[in-house]
Amino acid sequence: MSDLRELYQEVIIDHSKRPRNFHVMPDAKQISVGHNPLCGDKMTVFLKVDDGRITDVSFDGTGCAISMASASLMTESLKGKSVAEAVQLFGMFHELVTSEPGQIKIAEALGKLAAFAGVCEFPIRVKCASLAWHTLRAALEGKQETTTE
Amino acid sequence: MIRSGDMELQNLPKGDDSVKDLLQTRDDFPALQQSLQGKPLVYLDNAATTQTPRSVIEAIKNFYECHKANVHRGVHQLSIRATKQYEQARSKVQRLLGAKDAHEIVFVRGATEGINLVANSYGLQHLQAGDEVLITEMEHHSNIVPWQMVCEKRGAKLKVAPMNEKGELLVEEYARLLNPKTRMVALAHISNALGTINPVAELTAMAHKQGAVVLIDGAQAVPHMAVDVLDLDCDFYVFSSHKAFGPTGIGALYGKGALLETMQPYQGGGDMISSVTFDKTTYNRLPYKFEAGTPNVAGAIGLGAAIDYLGAIGYDAIAAHEQRLLEYGTRALAAIDGLRIIGTAAAKASVISFVLEGVHPHDIGTIVDQEAIAIRAGHHCAQPTMQHFGVPATARASFAFYNSFEDIDRLVATIHKVQEVFA
Repeated sequence: MSDLRELYQEVIIDHSKRPRNFHVMPDAKQISVGHNPLCGDKMTVFLKVDDGRITDVSFDGTGCAISMASASLMTESLKGKSVAEAVQLFGMFHELVTSEPGQIKIAEALGKLAAFAGVCEFPIRVKCASLAWHTLRAALEGKQETTTE
Repeated sequence: MIRSGDMELQNLPKGDDSVKDLLQTRDDFPALQQSLQGKPLVYLDNAATTQTPRSVIEAIKNFYECHKANVHRGVHQLSIRATKQYEQARSKVQRLLGAKDAHEIVFVRGATEGINLVANSYGLQHLQAGDEVLITEMEHHSNIVPWQMVCEKRGAKLKVAPMNEKGELLVEEYARLLNPKTRMVALAHISNALGTINPVAELTAMAHKQGAVVLIDGAQAVPHMAVDVLDLDCDFYVFSSHKAFGPTGIGALYGKGALLETMQPYQGGGDMISSVTFDKTTYNRLPYKFEAGTPNVAGAIGLGAAIDYLGAIGYDAIAAHEQRLLEYGTRALAAIDGLRIIGTAAAKASVISFVLEGVHPHDIGTIVDQEAIAIRAGHHCAQPTMQHFGVPATARASFAFYNSFEDIDRLVATIHKVQEVFA
């Protein structure tokens, strides 16, 4: 079960059970819905961007522990970041979860998001971990729908 | 790990001689002999695809090593042998389904292609604006989408017969939805997501009274139960080889000869013609009219070998063992706190879909996989079924005759571990 504990780290279990910023934001300026057609999971990301900076972000939806925790930790790490920093963070996160096992470089800027390092051992779960981020990027680009395909 | 519920399970009948005989079949399946990270594989994803016995693998290997040639074309000896084996496989499918004539059996890629063939060749030809196609709420996407596509092209309406909270079709609602505008009815023999066995003979008779043509999706039935298309009196019946211990990429469509005769070909190409000029093409006779191009000869031969294998075990023994697995598995899983079984029809095949409180099915799937237990987690290509039960997905354990009570014990023990991870 050692690999499992790598995947289901305490912080991930915690955020999956008690997701932060988990609510509809009626006055959000940018809203995007993300689908994972593989499993049918659906997630909505709500954004407020002011002067190129993310002032508020929340999410709503259903998903597995990995996708819920990923969305929760993503919203925590984005508040106050510039759009450019958010896009850069997605790049680092994507690299983290899609690296060859054993080849991972964990960027310091990832902070708590480093908890997802175990995902690369489970290629089938990469889409779970990245659904929220794909949805965020769509919201930033003003697209209302996206998928992980 | 023994809990009070498990003690009660010890009293269930586990091991009479017929069960022991069936468990020996496991030795026939090379893939079932492996261990993953040192743990023996427990394969419980049989509704997605079944494993393949050695005799089927040998039949395919033998074709490639000794008889490979194109069929219905060559005058040379290899082609004659290949053609003979290919047509023998067709006769085996005919006998398996109880069809009157081998020319009523069309080889296709699988159940999906069989449904698409009927939707296009029969549906497009006969459906008109205002006509209705009736399906059920528990269909696999492959028995929904092709009908949506032809309905859209023809301006016909797709109607859906609902099910109850157990996952049983509401027969009185089905009857209410049938009317003279219903031209086509398409039904799952057994639901892949729920295991529900539909009373298809009764449903077919009701549809015929209204003049509708009936297709039955037998993808989940052929691996588990004897099928007789003449008893069912259905107009079309489809199944996939890979869910019935045969190779992937092959399956069969049964159609009543008189109906197949009236239908236009699904695809054009070689082998499906009698003569071609640039002015006019005359189509070949049945079933070749529907088999354009070089068919999956090796696949058909492999399917034939799988049918022989099933025949040697016998559906009575298969059904008896699988029903015991279903009963045992249902009681063992239902005894787990927070576990809810989705699909509790009175007539059920050996499929158990379930959800676990506080744990998403994908997480269950990943964690049990670490214990070398293969189950399915997801929407099972049956999203409307999931919507009916208000869940995005389920975990699903589905049994074949080679599964054992110990396989179920290992699944149950591992689900307790899942709960520990999320405790």
